[in-house]
Amino acid sequence: MNVVTPFEGIGASVRRKEDFRFLQGKGNYTDDLNRPGQTHAWILRSPHAHAKIRGVDIAAAKAMPGVHGIFTGADTEAAGLGGLPCGWQIHSKDGTPMAEPPHPVLAFERVRHVGDPVAIVVAETRSQARDAAEAIIVDYEPLPAAPSLEQAQAAGATPIHEGVAGNICYDWHIGDKAVVDAAFAAAHRTVALDLVNNRLVPNAMEPRAAVGEFDRFTGDYTLYTTSQNPHVIRLLMAANVLKLPESKVRVVAPDVGGGFGSKIYHYAEEALVTWASAQVGRPVKWTADRTEAFMSDAHGRDHISRAEFAFDKDGRILALRVATQANMGAYLSTFAPCVPTYLYATLLAGVYTTPVIYAEVKAVFTNTVPVDAYRGAGRPEATYLLERLMDVAARELGIDRVELRRRNFIPADAFPYQTPVALQYDSGDYQSTLNECLRVADWAGFEARRAEAAARGKLRGIGISTYLEACGIAPSAVVGSLGARAGLYEVGTIRVHPTGSITVLTGSHSHGQGHETTFAQLVSDKLGVPVAQVDIVHGDTAKVPFGMGTYGSRSLAVGGSAMMKAMDKIIAKGKRIAAHLMEASVEDIEFDRGTFRVAGTDRTKALVDISVAAYVPHNYPIEELEPGLEETAFYDPKNFTYPGGCHIAEVEIDRETGKVDLVNFTAVDDVGRVINPMIVEGQVQGGVAQGVGQALLESCIYDADGQLVSGSMMDYTMPRADDLPPVGVATHTTLCTHNPLGVKGCGEVGAIGSPPAVINAVVDALRDFDVRHIEMPATAAKIWQIINGSHGKAAA
Amino acid sequence: MPHVTLTVNGKSHTAEVEGRTLLVELLRETLRLTGTHIGCDTSQCGACVVHVNGDSVKSCTTLALAADGASVTTIEGLAAADGTLHPMQEAFREYHALQCGFCTPGMVMSAIDLVQKNPQGLSEQEIREGLEGNLCRCTGYHNIVKAIAAAQDVMHGKRSEIARAAE
Repeated sequence: MNVVTPFEGIGASVRRKEDFRFLQGKGNYTDDLNRPGQTHAWILRSPHAHAKIRGVDIAAAKAMPGVHGIFTGADTEAAGLGGLPCGWQIHSKDGTPMAEPPHPVLAFERVRHVGDPVAIVVAETRSQARDAAEAIIVDYEPLPAAPSLEQAQAAGATPIHEGVAGNICYDWHIGDKAVVDAAFAAAHRTVALDLVNNRLVPNAMEPRAAVGEFDRFTGDYTLYTTSQNPHVIRLLMAANVLKLPESKVRVVAPDVGGGFGSKIYHYAEEALVTWASAQVGRPVKWTADRTEAFMSDAHGRDHISRAEFAFDKDGRILALRVATQANMGAYLSTFAPCVPTYLYATLLAGVYTTPVIYAEVKAVFTNTVPVDAYRGAGRPEATYLLERLMDVAARELGIDRVELRRRNFIPADAFPYQTPVALQYDSGDYQSTLNECLRVADWAGFEARRAEAAARGKLRGIGISTYLEACGIAPSAVVGSLGARAGLYEVGTIRVHPTGSITVLTGSHSHGQGHETTFAQLVSDKLGVPVAQVDIVHGDTAKVPFGMGTYGSRSLAVGGSAMMKAMDKIIAKGKRIAAHLMEASVEDIEFDRGTFRVAGTDRTKALVDISVAAYVPHNYPIEELEPGLEETAFYDPKNFTYPGGCHIAEVEIDRETGKVDLVNFTAVDDVGRVINPMIVEGQVQGGVAQGVGQALLESCIYDADGQLVSGSMMDYTMPRADDLPPVGVATHTTLCTHNPLGVKGCGEVGAIGSPPAVINAVVDALRDFDVRHIEMPATAAKIWQIINGSHGKAAA
Repeated sequence: MPHVTLTVNGKSHTAEVEGRTLLVELLRETLRLTGTHIGCDTSQCGACVVHVNGDSVKSCTTLALAADGASVTTIEGLAAADGTLHPMQEAFREYHALQCGFCTPGMVMSAIDLVQKNPQGLSEQEIREGLEGNLCRCTGYHNIVKAIAAAQDVMHGKRSEIARAAE
């Protein structure tokens, strides 16, 4: 019988393996776990943005029903717990290292933002823990709070950390200021823009959760947690906070309900439940409610910038000068310092041949939740700045905005292309992604649509953004030289079982990306086994040898490459076994999708014949080869990868209300080789939704006293289905030149390219009004003020 | 403590609850039906949607006691005993309408109720408006809308199986 199996390898839209469990309520998320004897924790958090703790009275709370233990900052200090570490060190212009104040797991003597954890209560039930937390009396002495960049840097601002002058974490720069200043002095025209990148709350739908479990017989600790990188959490928590050998700590990140960056970081609650489980002798579970998530998950963005282009008389960019202030929040989250520096300023060449660039970035402590990488991380901020400035420049230079971009594109034959801000792009074709996007979005036909909308009383606008990003993070030696305290390779193990089924162990973590399918497709493609026979194991430090996790669109480019390398080792060993079995020389053995063949003959062995021989080595080259068929590879990327493309947004504005409706959105992205087109489309659509959310709806607001005003989903506007149009997604591929798959990454492009396209469309729709720039989110209230002529007047 | 008796996915249960116990807590913690999720606590996200006597209900804002005597269906109760998926589940898979899967149970339960309550059929725009009680952070909704449009054809008997998504 000739069984035809559908092609499941690279390029096939294989339906996802993981969906069967998710669609039937059989997902295994952290809060779904219940350990025998489990107790529940509630974290008491600061209601003040900034206050001294004069005393904590737990006597009444301790006597409440069901309470097993209450621990405060004094207890964790006395126990010698370390603070939460920071994984990246930036040096200021003058060579001094950044300010790196302690970040205790429970606030000690001082609270620095609303939501700063003050005590952990462990009780029999969650309700009992919460009731007891409410009975704790904390004597606070409120201090002046500085939630904004302006307040924190004001003369006489109260220092948030002892010894941190002016609340400045670092004052960093890149590029040659004198050269750039000279280019500006000699320029034909210059264009400047002040702009804000609004603070966002990632809001993965699954709130963070953690379960700690101490085994008093072995002294081993297990932490189940909502993490994108369990091995990193094990390292940071064991070595820095709990001060345990890593061999005594296991971290499991089971199914995780979205991350978008916010679940990369090591959070206090992870260490607290792990430590507390030993104190009370029972497993301890903590699950955030949504308001806790708002005031304890790392936030994103929050930049204020001034950006300037210098142009020659032909509209060619001569120089870019940028000054940015970045809000770090009250403490340094795990990777916070690298976001506004090496993930931001190094991207400021964008897709353009800007010959010289100078950027300076001041990172500032404020009385707010720590800020760290959120989908795109630094790259959306760079893209927004460039693409808004480009539109403003086009208008002021009187050059068509598409033409101005084309004129400055890095040409397709200029790769590898060295930018003036450290990165070397390996491949790209920006004219082609632009042309394709203009065609799909019917840019040429827009004026007719504008006229048609005008007849209905609507203001219609179109906006474009041409962008690139750096992901596939990252070459270890390079990031090490820039201040990273970690290597950013990935690890993959391919285990071929005796019967030919395959287990893949990977350090990448899937929390929506569909790795269980995509990675299986890689194996299917290379080793010729059906996707159904390939199991992907991730998220458990006891099963997977090591790993660096999933963020920065790195899972395929780095994690997938590690698997490819491990499969090469499997094939190399398999060839030696096949040569023995077929009495041929190793050099004569060819391998293609599951079959070993003696070149030029019909003598073959299937992969399963080799695996049987490897595990039942009766006829086996035992003197020269170990039994078994399992290989592990570490892959350290040679460069970042550089996805890029073009996004076009079309909006209609209601003249009466100012409400912006996004009516069309087209994305044409170059993400390198596409493994599963269905999943790539889904990733881009989701990223675009988050970018549109930033542009039109979302903003995290603190009042002047540091109270978190947008502290729930009733106050913080998440995009809903009717806020979005159908999003058209296409790809145009140039291959990455330095990884074995040619992949670039698709997780972040949507969130990076889309916000400026939307704002450019809004500004375009308001072309008849005196408006040069609109800050995100472009709410109806802001637009109404512009339409009604009161824009800016209130401030004047 | 008071007792509540209810039928969940066709099975009768009696449980002791506190007055403040929420239906979602009863489902997740007492009955260990962890497919129903809690995403926001303020009735905004819909991750907790189940059917109570045939209506979609946010179980995070329903007291367990209010469900006394009710018939409740959760995501675990949708597939047939032989494992055949409900057309809505099948459509979500075919159209890649889920990524992390966390909002999915509530989204599927809301979508089924939306389709059942609109036998005349819904346009894509009406589906978008009908999903106002459910948040998804991963997909951008595009594929969810497509999946629901495909599932309604099967649920209303206009097609015998879920239309294949365009490749």
